Amino acid sequence: MAYFLQQLINGVTLGSIYGLIAIGYTMVYGIIGMINFAHGDIFMVGAFIALIAFLALTAIGVTAIPLALLLVLIIAIGLTAVWGWTVERVAYRPLRESFRLAPLITAIGMSIVLQNFIQIAQGARVKPLQPVVTGGYELFQQGSFTVIVSNIQILIVVTTVLVMTGFWLLISRTALGRSQRACEQDRLMAALSGVDVDRTISLTFVLGAGLAAVAGLLYLLYYGVIDFFIGFVVGIKAFTAAVFGGIGSIPGAMLGGLIIGLIETFWSAYFSIEYKDVAAFSMLAIVLIFFPTGLLGRPEVEKV
Amino acid sequence: MADTGKTRDQKLVSALTDSLLAAIIAFALFSLVLGLRTVDGATGLTLEPRPGLLLTVVAIVFFGRLALNLFVWQTQYPLTTPFAKLFNIEPFDRRDLVTLGAALVFGAVWFATGLVLGEAVYELLGIVVLLFVGLGLLRRWLVQRFPNLPYTQIFIAGGIIFALFFPIVTYALESVFRFGMPLRYWFDLSILILTYVMLGWGLNIVVGLAGLLDLGYVAFYAVGAYTFALLATQFGLGFWVCLPIAGAAAALWGIILGFPVLRLRGDYLAIVTLAFGEIIRIVLLNWTEVTGGPNGVAGIPKPTFFGLPFSPFAEGMTFSKFFGIPYDGLHALIFLYYLILILALVTNAVTLRLRRLPVGRAWEAMREDQIACRSLGINTTLTKLSAFATGAMFGGLAGAFFATRQGFVSPESFTFIESAIILAIVVLGGMGSQLGVAIAAVVMVGGFEALRHTAGLQAIFGEEFDPALYRMLLFGIAMVGIMVWRPRGLVSARAPTISLGDADRISGDLVRQGRG
Amino acid sequence: MSETGAKPWDHAPILLVEHLTMRFGGLTAVDDASFSVGGNDITALIGPNGAGKTTVFNCITGFYKPTEGMLTLNGSDGTPFYLERLTDHEINAHARVARTFQNIRLFPGMTVLENLMVAQHNVLSRASGFSFGAILGLGQFARAEHDALDFAKSWLDRIGLLSRADDAAGGLPYGDQRRLEIARAMCTRPRLLCLDEPAAGLNARESEALSALLKSIRDEDDTAIFLIEHDMGVVMRISDHVIVLDYGKKIADGTPDEVRSDPHVIAAYLGVSDEDAAALEGGP
Repeated sequence: MAYFLQQLINGVTLGSIYGLIAIGYTMVYGIIGMINFAHGDIFMVGAFIALIAFLALTAIGVTAIPLALLLVLIIAIGLTAVWGWTVERVAYRPLRESFRLAPLITAIGMSIVLQNFIQIAQGARVKPLQPVVTGGYELFQQGSFTVIVSNIQILIVVTTVLVMTGFWLLISRTALGRSQRACEQDRLMAALSGVDVDRTISLTFVLGAGLAAVAGLLYLLYYGVIDFFIGFVVGIKAFTAAVFGGIGSIPGAMLGGLIIGLIETFWSAYFSIEYKDVAAFSMLAIVLIFFPTGLLGRPEVEKV
Repeated sequence: MADTGKTRDQKLVSALTDSLLAAIIAFALFSLVLGLRTVDGATGLTLEPRPGLLLTVVAIVFFGRLALNLFVWQTQYPLTTPFAKLFNIEPFDRRDLVTLGAALVFGAVWFATGLVLGEAVYELLGIVVLLFVGLGLLRRWLVQRFPNLPYTQIFIAGGIIFALFFPIVTYALESVFRFGMPLRYWFDLSILILTYVMLGWGLNIVVGLAGLLDLGYVAFYAVGAYTFALLATQFGLGFWVCLPIAGAAAALWGIILGFPVLRLRGDYLAIVTLAFGEIIRIVLLNWTEVTGGPNGVAGIPKPTFFGLPFSPFAEGMTFSKFFGIPYDGLHALIFLYYLILILALVTNAVTLRLRRLPVGRAWEAMREDQIACRSLGINTTLTKLSAFATGAMFGGLAGAFFATRQGFVSPESFTFIESAIILAIVVLGGMGSQLGVAIAAVVMVGGFEALRHTAGLQAIFGEEFDPALYRMLLFGIAMVGIMVWRPRGLVSARAPTISLGDADRISGDLVRQGRG
Repeated sequence: MSETGAKPWDHAPILLVEHLTMRFGGLTAVDDASFSVGGNDITALIGPNGAGKTTVFNCITGFYKPTEGMLTLNGSDGTPFYLERLTDHEINAHARVARTFQNIRLFPGMTVLENLMVAQHNVLSRASGFSFGAILGLGQFARAEHDALDFAKSWLDRIGLLSRADDAAGGLPYGDQRRLEIARAMCTRPRLLCLDEPAAGLNARESEALSALLKSIRDEDDTAIFLIEHDMGVVMRISDHVIVLDYGKKIADGTPDEVRSDPHVIAAYLGVSDEDAAALEGGP
């Protein structure tokens, strides 16, 4: 029971990070119907920006941890958003009205570019960071096993909840959210009714990249080590989460993220850590066979 | 974007503003990740500022953008015009000729600089410019002079003849004249290219003809390679026995994996195939008792020439003894070359034949409109499965070849990036076009290899710089660039499979890409 | 109701629809509709927009599974096919029902001729030994393909597109695409041909030609036609039997003349309220 609870806590923490990234995939898919393969690498760039910003702040003497983290968060969101914007502008916008597979290939190309750019610019070695947020609470003890919630886990879950709430308000209450939904339904009609489609799509990428940057910072703080390749594995799992929840659905992405995080954690804890990805991917296949459009996806009525 | 209504000054101002904006964005992008470098210090990571590099990159963006603004976008006579004219028959005017001449001189100067400095990058750049302009001019001249020649057929025939005779002729020339040609390197590279041509053709059945997006094609390549490796090492079976078994095993896996997932449409299919690719790789990595885990399977026997080994010391009959020629390590390579060439040509022949059979037409019809297919009594599930299995089989055969060529297989060779490269070859080549896929494989794999010797960039990026990364970076940029330039791929027109008269090729704009 | 006794189409129906109901969530698109389609008739299904006509078609051709009801197709040797139990491609392959679509669904990147060859897939596929035979050069494939080609050519000749056989289907003018889609459906050699608004978007001359084509299919090809159409001129000119749907319910069923004078139909088309309709029914 105690062991189970501990795994639940770990799973929710991991799931929060996946959920934040999954939203970026699902938003882009919803609005322009493409798999933004480079999104996982945007997350990786976000983690690197956060790492460098943190080191830079320490170097210039900002040592109060809460202040430093807040500044890092702002810098990471801002600069990663520029990356998200640029990727869309360079690789996707020229192909907006083109064939379905063209932007998929440019997305894979962009993913290769980002990975190798970071590898060239920052080196291939893993980048460790001293634990920044330490300590935690012992919840209770059962036998020799103590259930611990660490401060960083609390920070991650709380930040995720706050960011997602803010994000949810942003897209459900503002004109931007309305424009997004309009573009999702029918881009041409949206344009005819005065929605600036290019701007809306750009902002979607900016928002997605911002959330990925938050995830990047949290990942960095949680694991304390990043490298240029994390974007691929984490990205694929976040995309799996988005599909799991029903791609195009934002609550679905959050739910899918949690589920993938939990499956992975529990599988590692009770079965084998080597096959945790196999478990997550197999679950995806099984779920899709029974829910062909994911858990919360709109059932697709075939237009004949 | 040619603003003709503006005055010179207005144009200059808007060009400068635009370039400045681009420079600011570039600064934001690169300030932290390029301007500061993380290095391992005594107490953990420290930062090393690189202001010079950052400024250089920002300046390149600024001036590059400015040049594009002034000479291409905001001018009545874009510099790109004469190059575009290479591909149509609009007459040249004097300005065009001057520009093209300048380009040729530029290419020649770069090439010469490369030769003098011994820098392959410059040489390569020069060659690319010279070839682009030179071949463009030649093509234009030919089309104008002899408009009715069947150029595509001539090109294909030339390509096949070249592929058939290339190793024999170069080997013969080298044996007689001793030019010192790097034959081993050339043959290795050609074998690599042909392997990708075959993989591209195999995937083309699934993606290009049937319109099913498969992001995990490498799984079948891996199944073929491991089946071959295990059969050959554990049971001592020979190449010609293992090869069909490897193909059949991959096809079987195609069916097993395909059956549950082919109900899924579009991008759901894509992600599940990707997941299967990863699952296979992870299983190969962790099922140590059978697959050897990360160490892989080693000691896979090299193919023999119908029972005659290529070896200098083997007892009994060997290839060189049998033919009474001195042993040469290149013999085995030449044999491998012809082996993969035959495998690739068989893939091509089978695909071309299948396209003209009901099943092939059903694949293409499915890509065009699945609902219409079903209304015509076509069982789309079986049709998809047949495409999946056929593609998988060729992937498996290529995998078997890979195993015997390397003599060693490990999960590292079967990562997602392989699937991505093969898919890129298919899409960049022009989905469904056999010729396009072959050209794309040559351009991408050959071009990628050509960038191997790029020591000059170490000066910029420091000692830790690894040319392989830089190649990968350029590879990614090329993928994006080619796709933006030609979204339908290099050869997009579709050849009809049956006709009453002389059918023209169908414009790529009408051909659909499928929804999975 | 204008049903007065048994009609000719009830004697030898090719398709019997009984209590067909189709619900999407809370929306009932087709509500307990029953009718029969005669084996030698052109039957028209008409009704205002949103009446559920295309839904009926999709149920018959297997693209939707009906919520309730039975769809019986009488096979050529009398064996019945229960369409609600078959999937879309089986309905074409076994029960031999073919259809066209409201938004034309050709294979735009394939040639006109290829479109007609794809339609003969099942015959050719068997003849090719499911490809294995044909790759090895065995079997009757060459002959079967030759026959299929002749059949396709005869259809191209009938719709006047023989000269465009090698052109991409997606590049044809709209009216030609409509006719090609009908020819493609006919190449599956159906016993019942379902046409979803075949005259939509055609000019007067093209409608005229279409009417002639449909009549010739009925008379010469031993194929019954069931069509949805908004062009009343075409409907009245060629139909033997007209069924009217409104809000998913069948409101009239009879010969064109009977339907034309039916007060319910007039009310439905002119948008008269329910009370007025009741008055019309009760009044002189």
